[in-house]
Amino acid sequence: MMKIASMQVWVTDQQHALEFYTQKVGLEVRVDVTVPELGNFRWLTVAPPGQEDVAIVLMLIPSPPIFEAETIEHIKATMERGVSGGVFLTTEDIHADFARMKGAGVEFVEEPEERPYGIDCGFRDPFGNHIRLSQLNDLARPS
Amino acid sequence: MRYETTGRHLLRARDLADSRYTDPLTVDDLAAAAGLSRAHFSREFRQAFGESPHGYLLTRRLERAAAMLRNTDQSVAEICFSVGLRSVGSFTSSFTRTYGRSPTAYRASFPPAINLALVPTCALRAYTRPQRRTFGEDSAPTPD
Repeated sequence: MMKIASMQVWVTDQQHALEFYTQKVGLEVRVDVTVPELGNFRWLTVAPPGQEDVAIVLMLIPSPPIFEAETIEHIKATMERGVSGGVFLTTEDIHADFARMKGAGVEFVEEPEERPYGIDCGFRDPFGNHIRLSQLNDLARPS
Repeated sequence: MRYETTGRHLLRARDLADSRYTDPLTVDDLAAAAGLSRAHFSREFRQAFGESPHGYLLTRRLERAAAMLRNTDQSVAEICFSVGLRSVGSFTSSFTRTYGRSPTAYRASFPPAINLALVPTCALRAYTRPQRRTFGEDSAPTPD
């Protein structure tokens, strides 16, 4: 049976990304290994504590010759415009998480607001990736 | 008037240990979160949860450290600091006492973390591709 193992977001600095997602957002590192034979390619994943089977891959945009310069610029432009795709997180206490993360310097683009499906807010990581954080109501939780 | 039981305060302190153990959190911080004196807090915590708050916090940190030893190639010192501990020596002693092996020996008893890097064949090919762009097949004879 297929399952989702991980999803990827592009980053331009994996260490900075790791610090942001663990120290500010509150995720945990899952796997962090560097492969010297592949030019020190670093496989770095993070996930919420207690959610063991799915992770976010913090993928460094590969340098030439893996990706051509034009491709790299396209990816960066998409990220800088905030449209490179995103992650949807849920929480049991959005107000507590919002207060904690805002206090830690996370850049929120939308503060918690009532929506038909619950309470929702949005923030950006240092690279422009858009992350949504929602507290779902009973109508929106999968049954 | 809002009424909270001591148990609720203790749970708040335990939740703090679970969520913020990577910070330089101490038992005093946990006691403050519970609104109790340290001595009273330690007694009540042990009675409610079966272990001392210091033990609970340390266990949470060591659990996380063990996972990082298995799943990352971060150094023992990096792992020590990232789980909220400040002394590598103390961390090593506590870890060895709890797991029966030093952090290094514990890591060595598991398959290498590199096995967890999901590097697909397409990426492998891209990263190991020879850099030479031509093998001479496109060279044309030079004009006179």
